[in-house]
Amino acid sequence: MKLELKNLYDDFRDADTIKAFAKIIKEDAKKLKNPINIMEVCGGHTHTIMKYGIPQLLPSNVKFVHGPGCPVCIMPKDRIDHAYVLSQQEDAILVTLGDMIKVPGSNGSLQDARAKGADVRFVYSPMDCIKIAKENPDKKVIFFAIGFETTTPMTAALLDAVIKKGIKNIYFHINHVTVPEAMVALISDNKAKIDAFLGPSHVSVISGSKIYEEFPRDFNKPVVVSGFEPVDVMQSISMIVKQFIENRCELEIEYKRAVNRDGNLKAQKLIDTYFQKAQNFAWRGLGNIPGSGLKLRDEFREFNAEDIYRDILPKDKIDDHKLCICGDILKGIANPPECTIFGTACKPTTPVGSCMVSSEGACAAYYKYGNLI
Amino acid sequence: MCLSIPSKVVKIDKEINVATVDTMGVQRDASLDLMAEDDVKIGDYVLLHIGFVMNKIDEEDALASIDTYKEIIELMNEEDRQKAILESDECANRGT
Repeated sequence: MKLELKNLYDDFRDADTIKAFAKIIKEDAKKLKNPINIMEVCGGHTHTIMKYGIPQLLPSNVKFVHGPGCPVCIMPKDRIDHAYVLSQQEDAILVTLGDMIKVPGSNGSLQDARAKGADVRFVYSPMDCIKIAKENPDKKVIFFAIGFETTTPMTAALLDAVIKKGIKNIYFHINHVTVPEAMVALISDNKAKIDAFLGPSHVSVISGSKIYEEFPRDFNKPVVVSGFEPVDVMQSISMIVKQFIENRCELEIEYKRAVNRDGNLKAQKLIDTYFQKAQNFAWRGLGNIPGSGLKLRDEFREFNAEDIYRDILPKDKIDDHKLCICGDILKGIANPPECTIFGTACKPTTPVGSCMVSSEGACAAYYKYGNLI
Repeated sequence: MCLSIPSKVVKIDKEINVATVDTMGVQRDASLDLMAEDDVKIGDYVLLHIGFVMNKIDEEDALASIDTYKEIIELMNEEDRQKAILESDECANRGT
């Protein structure tokens, strides 16, 4: 058989294969000594799990805990307020990825800022900044960079191009965060009920599976790196259940067609050239997670919008809404329907908490797919 | 956010280090700046993320997974057939 592009879509969404795995999981789960909670770290997995109704295909002793892996959802309000303030500068063009459009800050979203006359542009790729900068030589183009390890190398590639091409009017406001630190924070919280992790797909494409080696070794939590398609997710759940019934605790890769241990070394080198660890990053819903943020290295300070505009950027930390239980949802202590404002005060059009902000958040996925189990 | 799309490389412009990829009928350009030189070739399957090729999809591994899935379905079907035969063997009215 020769691989066709459609195989990469259709064969990994095949209903018969999903059903076959459901049957295997059901049989194997009878041998589980205790129920298991699997955290899918990544919001893309949350979306797949809800879209394909995967919880309904699983036995009652295998459950999901929906993780914090949506970089839009976890963006704290004070960072969005930074973007809002930057967009108000007369000579500035604030550029960011489309995912950020509707995320509300204290003064409104970036879409609101644009409606009020600010020059805010949503782009498909960070590289679009170069064209915008060339077309507007008298303006300062500020790229509000977001995302996990998956998206960080693209920001680094933009900065690399800016330096090599000698472009003088592109600046960076960095909000990149890293996944393993958040996983450690979640399992270190005694209330969290996590027995195993479904490892992210495309974070792992860049970083390699090696970033999860500490979890089976130091925390006794199995990790299976899974692809995004429903067959991938079902196979990964099956692999996790088998680890438990065979008393194994390992790091395994289901998504072998795209992930290996080392990852994309060129992308990692680019990240390392331009970024260093920031001391702290306060995740919406989870609070401060030490070492989970990235910032530009000091030698690239001249490109750092946070540094250049430090006098006008708000410094106040903004607490999460009192009624919002996103923190508990992310730890697996509560499910979205248990929240008093879920679907009433908090909806995808007017999100209050982090999990409702983007379609990859657990609350938004429950709201959209009505997966109220 | 971290979603990416499996695509097939149809053209490479080495001068600007950009590949043209086909995503189920839609063609678009993607930067090769995150890939090692000469790593990506026409006909390769790649993952695309915010305007960049982020890696190559390993064809052998993809095919191996698809083969495994076919075997699992076969096995399930065979188990179902065996179960149906057993159930008919146990049928109280058998032979009457």
